[in-house]
Amino acid sequence: MYRYDEFDHRFVAERVSQFRDQAARRLSGELTEEEFRPLRLMNGLYLQLHAYMLRVAIPYGTLNGKQMDRLAYIAEKYDRGYGHFTTRQNIQYNWIKLEDTAEILEKLAEVEMHAIQTSGNCIRNVTTDQWAGAAADELADPRPVGELLRQWSSLHPEFSYLPRKFKIAVTGSPHDRAAVRVHDIGLRMHLNDKGERGWEVIVGGGLGRTPFVGVTVRDFLPEAELRAYLEAIMRVYNLYGRRDNKYKARVKILVHELGKEEFQRQVEAEYARKPATNVELDVAELQRIETYFAAPAYEELPKFSTGFENARIQDKEFAQWVKVNVAHHKQQGYAIVNISLKPEGGIPGDATAEQMRVVADLGRRFSFDEIRVSHAQNLVLPHVKRDDLYTVYIALKAHNLASGNIGLAGDIIACPGLDYCALATARSIPIAQGISRRFADVKRQEEIGPLKINISGCINACGHHHVGHIGILGLDKKGEEYYQITLGGSSSDDAAIGSILGPGFAADEVADAIEKILDTYLGLRTGPEETFLLAYRRVGEKPFKEALYANH
Amino acid sequence: MSEKGQVLTANRLRDGEVVFLTRAGTWSENIDEAALAIEKEAAAGLEAQGAKAVAATLVTGAYLFDAERKDGHVRALHIRERIRTLGPTVRMDLGKQAEGTAGAFAALD
Amino acid sequence: MPIIKDGAFAPDPWVAITDDQPIPATGDIWVSLARLDSDWGTLCSHAGELGVEVPNTTKAEKLKPYLGKLSLILLPFPAYTDGRAYSLARLLREEGYIHDLRARGNVLPDQLQFMKQVGFTSFEVTDRFPAEVWTKAAQHISAVYQEGYTEPHAARTAIWEARRARS
Repeated sequence: MYRYDEFDHRFVAERVSQFRDQAARRLSGELTEEEFRPLRLMNGLYLQLHAYMLRVAIPYGTLNGKQMDRLAYIAEKYDRGYGHFTTRQNIQYNWIKLEDTAEILEKLAEVEMHAIQTSGNCIRNVTTDQWAGAAADELADPRPVGELLRQWSSLHPEFSYLPRKFKIAVTGSPHDRAAVRVHDIGLRMHLNDKGERGWEVIVGGGLGRTPFVGVTVRDFLPEAELRAYLEAIMRVYNLYGRRDNKYKARVKILVHELGKEEFQRQVEAEYARKPATNVELDVAELQRIETYFAAPAYEELPKFSTGFENARIQDKEFAQWVKVNVAHHKQQGYAIVNISLKPEGGIPGDATAEQMRVVADLGRRFSFDEIRVSHAQNLVLPHVKRDDLYTVYIALKAHNLASGNIGLAGDIIACPGLDYCALATARSIPIAQGISRRFADVKRQEEIGPLKINISGCINACGHHHVGHIGILGLDKKGEEYYQITLGGSSSDDAAIGSILGPGFAADEVADAIEKILDTYLGLRTGPEETFLLAYRRVGEKPFKEALYANH
Repeated sequence: MSEKGQVLTANRLRDGEVVFLTRAGTWSENIDEAALAIEKEAAAGLEAQGAKAVAATLVTGAYLFDAERKDGHVRALHIRERIRTLGPTVRMDLGKQAEGTAGAFAALD
Repeated sequence: MPIIKDGAFAPDPWVAITDDQPIPATGDIWVSLARLDSDWGTLCSHAGELGVEVPNTTKAEKLKPYLGKLSLILLPFPAYTDGRAYSLARLLREEGYIHDLRARGNVLPDQLQFMKQVGFTSFEVTDRFPAEVWTKAAQHISAVYQEGYTEPHAARTAIWEARRARS
């Protein structure tokens, strides 16, 4: 895992003191709210429905036990004893006081964390595959590049007042778990025939009001040129991205309006024009960063773990949990444990301080002190010995952290919605809770198979409803909440934007509607291997429409 | 018998707490204590007081919302404002509804 | 409006010539880009120093033919959240412009450091803030990650370069 050197420490400490000064100037009235707003946002501080909300960065979703313990401490001392893990692999607190914020940032800096650029019209927290460095299918760990980009984008003097927010995702696996095609920039690692790493550069994806799947502007950019090339993209965007309408200000609109070829031409022209970047510097920095991401000291273990196999036979629930929540690790004898933050009827992504401490402790004892946050709002222990799986499971279960629903109907992604968010038009969480209760039976979830249900409480799409296999968007019709359903979206290799099925539903009709859709799917699929998404792509929306609207 | 009008709300600057402007010109955490402006002029008066409080860095983001008064108690008309006067509907243990400052209409509907 | 240059409030020796004013024979003057285009025949041999104000939507290439004669370029910030002039300033520096580059419009202390880092050298500011606020704001962050964004003479460390030099 990356560790701060004296420069990183100095940088973050100075940023905290800068924010302390800015907050004091706001409280004294020297700065108006209009002036302070972009400054506080660039430090992750929002004003939400009930209070200030602070979003803390978890760069590329990786943290250690000490950091997780600190997040728990902040939840207890400065908030109401819990936090919410987000689709950008961050955590947010809902009840923060402006006058406490600088002190919180100081506590974070002590454990090498910050809230820099978790909001604002700047480059946001870089996200990646939650299984990076552990996945069996990975070409190489993408996190060194994630860290390089974190540093490069932190307080970038030229790109901190962009037309709109800017999100970058990186993946080192041919199976995209980082949704790189629906980011402002998505980077996907490839190897050439010499085994050298290069990056496919995808630009202009995104959700929100106008969803787009991104376009590839470079198939194989040598790794050393990555930062310089991104600078060229950022410059074209900063100069020519629209600033007249905030809903048309994302880079996806620029790419769309110019067309792929013209956008690409402008970026390449800027890249060619720029004075030569000192690429040796990038190479040296990447090499330095890479040493922090060396594989942990795995033990040589046999393929077969007797203790694990016995536990699986004796405890059926454990066996079921393993089947759904545990993934293959690249190292023999190890496994990836996915911890669902989606208990039946729970609030997706919420964890109590106590749960955070439990995970911190398990990470320290059983996963080389590493924890991940996934963009599906779950947690991961990336390197657990198969021999230890049962012990880990029992500990998780004791704290309501052993829901066996990863990737199934109960693993719902939902934004905070109108229960917390000042921008929301409808509530998301109660909808998620209703569906989660309806499909509480794990056997039923398993029968339905892989399914992504995504819920957003407004058109800004923080719940990524466009790329849910089933997407639900909450809207407001004359003061009443209603929900629009989309089908067929995907954020993966086969990225697609879902299409709206028909008229919306009242809050208490949504779970029924979802059930009808899934019953229809079960009735028409060719077999269990035909997933919901595949079946939808084969038959189209017609049978689902009929099932939902026949009696309306 | 209910009267419809507007209430001025804001967030307290130092801690973000949702507050309402009272008839006495102070800020209360409880909507029941809010001044309800029936006439347009009265609403403009609340706004002017709000702007002063914003300038004095007491509160931030002041705005009017529609509300009604029934039996001496005030209730927001739109669900968004009702949630602001209560707390998250999915965490009844948090917010004004848990702190006894939600007013008499301590229910969403 | 006060001017900040070299870290202190400074007098402004420049005279702005609006589009409807005649161009004086001497003196340090600045004009609009439209005027520069239309009156280049006269302005190219102006006896004093010459400056120009350029909209932040201008392409840097457009200024290339004039750069040799210019010793002041003013870039506006129509809103302090409008960041186009950061890139334009940087481009002008990369194109070899070495004289005074001035930010005007919505210039706040909290943006001063970024402006300096991309190449601005003088600032037209409001008188709302005392000198020490400006000085402090420009010095908050003493170590930066980006290569080539440390302004000359500033006590700022370029982190990647410092790491490399150390290893």
